[in-house]
Amino acid sequence: MKKLSVLLHSLLCSLLVSMAVLAPAHASSEGPAWDKFDTKRLTDLAALQNGAKLFANYCMNCHAAAYMRYNRLRDIGLTEEQIRDNLIFTGAKVGETMKAALDPKDAKDWFGGVPPDLTLIARSRSDAAKGSGADYIYTYLRSYYRDDTKATGWNNTAFPGVGMPHVLWQLQGQQRALHADEKDPHDAKKTVHVFKGFEAITAGTLNQSEYNLAVADLVAYLQWMSEPVQNDRVRLGVWVLLFLGGFTVIAWRLNASFWKDIK
Amino acid sequence: MAEFKEAPAGASTGEKLTVWAQNRFPTAFDAYRVHMSEYYAPKNFNFWYFFGALAMLVLVIQIVTGIFLVMHYKPDAAKAFESVEYIMRDVPWGWLVRYMHSTGASAFFVVVYLHMFRGMIYGSYKSPRELVWIFGCAIFLCLMAEAFMGYLLPWGQMSYWGAQVIINLFAAIPFIGPDLSLLIRGDYVVGDATLNRFFSFHVIAVPLVLLGLVVAHLLALHDVGSNNPDGIEIKAKRDPKTGIPLDGIPFHPYYTVHDIMGVGVFLMIFSAVLFFAPEGGGYFLEYNNFIPADPLKTPAHIAPVWYFTPYYSMLRAVTDTMVTVFAVLVGAAGVLATLFGGFKGLWKWAPLVVAVVAAALLKTFDAKFWGVVVMGMAVMILFPLPWLDRSPVRSIRYRPSWNRWLYGMFVLNFVVLGYYGVKPVTDLGTLISQGGTLFYFGFFLLMPWWSRIGEFKAVPDRVVFHAH
Repeated sequence: MKKLSVLLHSLLCSLLVSMAVLAPAHASSEGPAWDKFDTKRLTDLAALQNGAKLFANYCMNCHAAAYMRYNRLRDIGLTEEQIRDNLIFTGAKVGETMKAALDPKDAKDWFGGVPPDLTLIARSRSDAAKGSGADYIYTYLRSYYRDDTKATGWNNTAFPGVGMPHVLWQLQGQQRALHADEKDPHDAKKTVHVFKGFEAITAGTLNQSEYNLAVADLVAYLQWMSEPVQNDRVRLGVWVLLFLGGFTVIAWRLNASFWKDIK
Repeated sequence: MAEFKEAPAGASTGEKLTVWAQNRFPTAFDAYRVHMSEYYAPKNFNFWYFFGALAMLVLVIQIVTGIFLVMHYKPDAAKAFESVEYIMRDVPWGWLVRYMHSTGASAFFVVVYLHMFRGMIYGSYKSPRELVWIFGCAIFLCLMAEAFMGYLLPWGQMSYWGAQVIINLFAAIPFIGPDLSLLIRGDYVVGDATLNRFFSFHVIAVPLVLLGLVVAHLLALHDVGSNNPDGIEIKAKRDPKTGIPLDGIPFHPYYTVHDIMGVGVFLMIFSAVLFFAPEGGGYFLEYNNFIPADPLKTPAHIAPVWYFTPYYSMLRAVTDTMVTVFAVLVGAAGVLATLFGGFKGLWKWAPLVVAVVAAALLKTFDAKFWGVVVMGMAVMILFPLPWLDRSPVRSIRYRPSWNRWLYGMFVLNFVVLGYYGVKPVTDLGTLISQGGTLFYFGFFLLMPWWSRIGEFKAVPDRVVFHAH
């Protein structure tokens, strides 16, 4: 009996500790640090396809990807039939772009603004000091917590006061943010509300590592969607540089052979 | 017809064709001789001499990629952003053309700054090459205008707001400012009208002027002959029989093959950026520019593209305090010129009067206007460089050794100014930018004095060349 309670106790402690560790470790002058997105996922077709599925099912209700054509998804290994049958909910043709289902007027009424287009979200949110846009989105989608002072009931440590609710809450479950009052490092007379970590309230259908992987898939898809040619670009670059290297060596020796004559 | 040359008997078809063309377009054939096969360039060109040819290469890259981009780009505020994404996604190889153009824009400035620096250290602007330098400065001005207007075209957040900030600067000019801004913008705010006229200037007007200036730059250079790292006039020592400079070698084939090697290295660096890091860490393609322009949402930090940041830094450094500093400096300069200027009679007082008037003007107009003036002057001060430099020796190799430190500091200063131009305004940043601005202008304005002092080394009569 005692061993079981010790086991449960240590499991609960490790759960809380790991949640605290997951949370941003310190607040920089421009907000908490971002977690790193594993870029190896970008060449994993299964991950990209799962990401596309999550995107179409969860994000496209409100967000558009107006510069992304449905049939470009063939590049990540889907057939037009698979795209049409599983990913298009608006009745659009497979050659059309991914427009949102939500009417902009309704969006303004319900959320106070039109949800931004997500085609280029992974490129536009990069920050030289903090990380890539993919890092940001990976952190953002895992940083929601319950906040009854907000209209949606949700807040986010990566984007305080965000108007978007936690769309993936059923997958992740609900968590609350723990804050502690500490002395302001710049002014001993003031106290600051410092974020200390998350604490689970209810469980979701996925456990923590499953949820992280699902979000990683979604972020991989968003990163790919922001520049579908990126994998090919890098691959082509290797060949181009090899060719230019050879060319330059030959040009160098040709130059040397001409300049032999100059005394 | 009587002056036409005849092809020799038994000539091949190729030879006969050549003679036919030579009879009707001798200019082309003369041009090949004058500018390539019989243009005698100094044999001691070093690494710094690649950048002129590379600048020409990048100009060609920008024009050719520009032509293909214009086939698909839509210069309409409602369609511009989307058309760029269309090029990136749907046009076959559109992404490559777009990245070549964006990388090329940054590459152009890297190459041009290095090219200008070569001119500065080897005294290439000194007589008889003053006009080559002046055409070059005009090219630099046009290049800045071209880049500024090109940056508006993608119609992203940074495009829009960067243009808004810079055009507003023109509004700070007294009397004509607001009307001038209206003319530039084509409307009361940056909008579709601005995009259309910037498109016209970026695609046609400025490129035509640039091409004309580049031709003038090269023709003026070839008329007087190239300088070299030793600053020696190679035409002073010629072969008595042929008249060819002893230290000269025909540009073609020696420098054409040499430049091909340079092009190879350049393209490797260019391709590495293009294929592996086209955003350049957010400096070549700014992250904010992947958000469509929104006149209602001002970005937290508005900064120009990296190649303008040293000048932007100088603009922001001109605060009210700085204007007072300028007034004091101008007054001091007036006093010194009156006491030591060597002017005679009533003219002795002229510098002091000018200084007092200038100081009064400084305190009358807004610091914002003087910031614009300083930014403009930072570029314009390059034009009179041939007359500011009073060194008896052309090249830095034979100037006093401390000159190297001074030029090194100039470069470091320019880079530091650029760094602070990228960052948002801080008190320390402003202070450093102010010091940097004073150093930048001091370098040029005090040059008539510092370029003459010190121990100069003996200039050899033949170039320093080590056989390859």
